[in-house]
Amino acid sequence: MKVNELASALRLQSITEPDGEREIDGCYIGDLLSWVMGRAQSGNVWVTIMSNINIVAVATLADVSCIVLAEGVTVEDSVKAVAEAKGVNLFTTPMTAYEIAAKIAALTV
Amino acid sequence: MSEAAVALHFNVDGEDFTSAGQASVQVKKSLRQLGIDSEIIRKVSIAMYEGEINMVIHAGGGEAHVLIYEDRIEIKLDDHGPGIANIEMAMQEGWSTAPDNIRSLGFGAGMGLPNMKRYTDDMKIDSVVGEGTHIVMTVNL
Repeated sequence: MKVNELASALRLQSITEPDGEREIDGCYIGDLLSWVMGRAQSGNVWVTIMSNINIVAVATLADVSCIVLAEGVTVEDSVKAVAEAKGVNLFTTPMTAYEIAAKIAALTV
Repeated sequence: MSEAAVALHFNVDGEDFTSAGQASVQVKKSLRQLGIDSEIIRKVSIAMYEGEINMVIHAGGGEAHVLIYEDRIEIKLDDHGPGIANIEMAMQEGWSTAPDNIRSLGFGAGMGLPNMKRYTDDMKIDSVVGEGTHIVMTVNL
């Protein structure tokens, strides 16, 4: 399943979507950035409530397919601009991390 | 010892926490242009990012050199920060001296050095309290 298909199926609100054709592969939930970098796998949908600028670098380096901000978290415009520039897909949704993961599992597993 | 085919050098700005990671992202881009395997790129760039963040959090910045050889990639990190008093403790997952404002950004989980070790084939730490820390990490190709 592609990022844009997931976004559409879960009605995720797009903040940036420079690479919507990227294939997703699994899901990882976490807010401690180094923990996420050490554990998330390439292609994962990364679900977090962390919204500072460093999430963009972590997403790039861990090579996740997109970031989904849970529970209605949003980002400042500066974060949006950097995510766009670095080609990082970024979404927000009112759902909890658990609800998002459960729906991803239902769609893809 | 053969000469490095490609050598990259970065100054890591200790003042600017928001730009931390720029060197690692640049390294990732350079390695991709060289056609290096994507899993190797992931290892190198994550290890380098952790080192870069450590230099920003603890040492007021520093320097990073990335040397690409035929058979390996070496990442050298040098800072003139406070040094690491107990390297054995610092290598334990979950052990951190990062202040609360850093933790609120999602760092300071005590995973930096363990991740650097996890993602590289060899890591050497040479640290003197009050003088600084020098780290050499190697990822085999």
